[in-house]
Amino acid sequence: MTSSDWRPSATLDAVQQRAELYRGLREFFYQRQVTEVDVPSLSRAAVSDPHIDSINAQVCGEALYLQTSPEFFMKRLLAAGCGDIYSLNKAFRNGEAGRRHNPEFTMLEWYRRGWDDQRLMDEVAELIGACVELSSVQRLSYREVFQRELGLDPHIASVGELQHVARQLCDIQWDDDDRDVWLDVLMTHVIEPGLGDGLVLVYDFPASQAALARLGVDAQGQQVARRFEAYVGGVELANGYWELCDGQEQAQRLQSDLRKRQALDLPQYPVDQHLIEALTAGLPDCAGVALGVDRLLMLTTGINDIRQLLAFPFERV
Amino acid sequence: MGTYSTNEFRSGMKVMLDGEPCAILENEFVKPGKGQAFNRVRLRNLNSGRVWERTFKSGESLEAADVMDHSMEYLYTDGEFWHFMEPDTFEQHQADAKAVGDSAKWLKEQDTVIVTLYNGAPLAVTPPNHVDLEIVETDPGLKGDTANGGTKPATLSTGAVVKVPLFLSTGEVIRVDTRNGEYQGRAKES
Repeated sequence: MTSSDWRPSATLDAVQQRAELYRGLREFFYQRQVTEVDVPSLSRAAVSDPHIDSINAQVCGEALYLQTSPEFFMKRLLAAGCGDIYSLNKAFRNGEAGRRHNPEFTMLEWYRRGWDDQRLMDEVAELIGACVELSSVQRLSYREVFQRELGLDPHIASVGELQHVARQLCDIQWDDDDRDVWLDVLMTHVIEPGLGDGLVLVYDFPASQAALARLGVDAQGQQVARRFEAYVGGVELANGYWELCDGQEQAQRLQSDLRKRQALDLPQYPVDQHLIEALTAGLPDCAGVALGVDRLLMLTTGINDIRQLLAFPFERV
Repeated sequence: MGTYSTNEFRSGMKVMLDGEPCAILENEFVKPGKGQAFNRVRLRNLNSGRVWERTFKSGESLEAADVMDHSMEYLYTDGEFWHFMEPDTFEQHQADAKAVGDSAKWLKEQDTVIVTLYNGAPLAVTPPNHVDLEIVETDPGLKGDTANGGTKPATLSTGAVVKVPLFLSTGEVIRVDTRNGEYQGRAKES
């Protein structure tokens, strides 16, 4: 701690550029008649995803959680009949801090009724393209990026094969029998750095990484998740789904997450019954995406450390 | 010694990896939004000097290495060992050629240096960033030749050879940056 730590770590110019970016994003959605919604940061339920850790908060004598994304609240609004909506707000994820992560960050999330993932990918490209000049825009399936960079099919490669390739390319001394962990190693260590400067939209993720996306079958007859990620300069910027609308399947996935959490010795959280009930009442057919606004600002400013774009990063709050 | 978890890793921290003392150079948190979190860590093996990158799962931990930097006075070398003394306790330590390494050519008696102790024994020696050393051999100085920027090799009292401007002569004391071996100027009178 030094005596200058009271100061913002972002330049005042970056503070200004953030304001401009927010204005641009709101204008983008205003023009398209997508309504801004304001949803709570505090919830009685926490995300079930085993790889996302919620922050606990003691509120009025109750144990609550800071939201890791506005998704569940927004889906309740959609089920209640809201049309196309977006949220530009803070999200919180415990343990995530670094050059591209901060435990508290700004997330832009939006939903389009009647759209699928492919159509929403077009709009993601338009939104990013409206903020920053893109040298190229590519759409590649998850299989294509793996075949191009590593010559293997991520949907059928065995865990042993994935592990072997990962260990050849990275110094890794631990073991894991989860295919997805090795796919994540290869994605983050090998494939992302090779994606180039432009925008790359990667779609049709492995069914095992569906999260809250619906499943589909690709042209090769492979079951895939109708989920996509947007990368610019190899940095993950957005994650989108053709949303799962089946309340029963949703409930099963949440249960399966809880079992994984148990197996990994992670905290058990209450399942969001409101979400299950909303989905049972009927989530309209829709596609949704969440975009990391701080990372978008990294692109528009050319600053490659998130801490220089946050007025007060984690270390100074 | 305790242990450090990946989220505590900071550059400069000393840890044990594969039984070797290492210094952390860089710790990058890598995580797909929906996937497993990793820490890509660059480390320097303090025994071999080798630098490499290893990937940990976030939350893994490493044992802290009993590695401490101490300011000590350099006393002398007997040809096989270099001898240092802790100024407060007068405790003496001897370092071998492996520990002293390239630093040997910057060690001047009575200078204060950093001796890195691993389990109490010298592991590495770091000279001050700047040392003042006497030129013991160089081509004769060229008076007045201060402008054209030419250089010549000069051998210093410790055996180091550095490039110096043409106008300098044997017997003069110069200041050298030990990190890159570059001539900084004539030593200031003390």
